[in-house]
Amino acid sequence: MLIINCPWCGARPEIEFRYGGEAHIARPADPSALSDQEWADFLYNRTNPKGRHAERWRHIHGCGRYFNAVRDTVSDFFVATYKAGEPRPDIAGETK
Amino acid sequence: MPDNAALQRLSEGLRPIEAVRLSLLGPAARLAFRSREAGIGPAGEAFGVALPREANRFGQSGSRFAFWLGPDEWLLLAPGEDAAPLAAAIEAATLGVPHALVDVSSRSVGIEIAGREAAFALNQGCPLDLSLAAFPIGMCTRTLLGKAEIVLVRLGPELFHLDVWRSFAPYVIGYLDEARREFA
Ligand SMILES: [Zn+2]
Repeated sequence: MLIINCPWCGARPEIEFRYGGEAHIARPADPSALSDQEWADFLYNRTNPKGRHAERWRHIHGCGRYFNAVRDTVSDFFVATYKAGEPRPDIAGETK
Repeated sequence: MPDNAALQRLSEGLRPIEAVRLSLLGPAARLAFRSREAGIGPAGEAFGVALPREANRFGQSGSRFAFWLGPDEWLLLAPGEDAAPLAAAIEAATLGVPHALVDVSSRSVGIEIAGREAAFALNQGCPLDLSLAAFPIGMCTRTLLGKAEIVLVRLGPELFHLDVWRSFAPYVIGYLDEARREFA
């Protein structure tokens, strides 16, 4: 079983977590000023990288908190996890 | 929804198995408390148990427990007590401070798992490392047992309590009874 490090609880089994989509996507401050395309980009279009991806996870069957993780989409390796509100860690390197 | 009498009949029908003893815990006052910094100290003082700040640890005073469930979330447990006066005392102590306090006394039931194979039986459905090093006495956490979410508490090397939502209780009791069959 994959082990995920919750920033609050530490190493916990994958089954306690839920995926929450790409991280660091801020809701536009003034949606009515956006074009339909810009709004669609905010709602639906994601980077979908092959490699390291910053994404939201929720420790739903644990502390209940949302947090962020950098995960390699090729190997499923969790490079780092960090609390919501913290900046994306500066992690160099490509897929490993 | 199984009432207390139905759960009592269910637990009394279980075979005695010394290695993993299962028993139903009695009614208790349960309060779900959520607050940021300003409310944490006063609520603990009013309840009589300081709310633990360390993740996944519980505080205890007499028969009352305060379980850390999240960085701003605690489950307050007082076996055999009435929730209303406890809630009133905490509300009075946190007046004017943003918080949430909900009486969830009847939502869940407590189950005790005791005996030398207690951790083994729990591990048939719970994926956590229940060794004493990883899950020491004094630890509590929400987790899963099979398909049911539980709050698991370690009170001793071979003594656990769990709290489970009432409608899942027959499933959890049945699951643990199945898990300990080899010790019958
Ligand atoms: Zn957690």
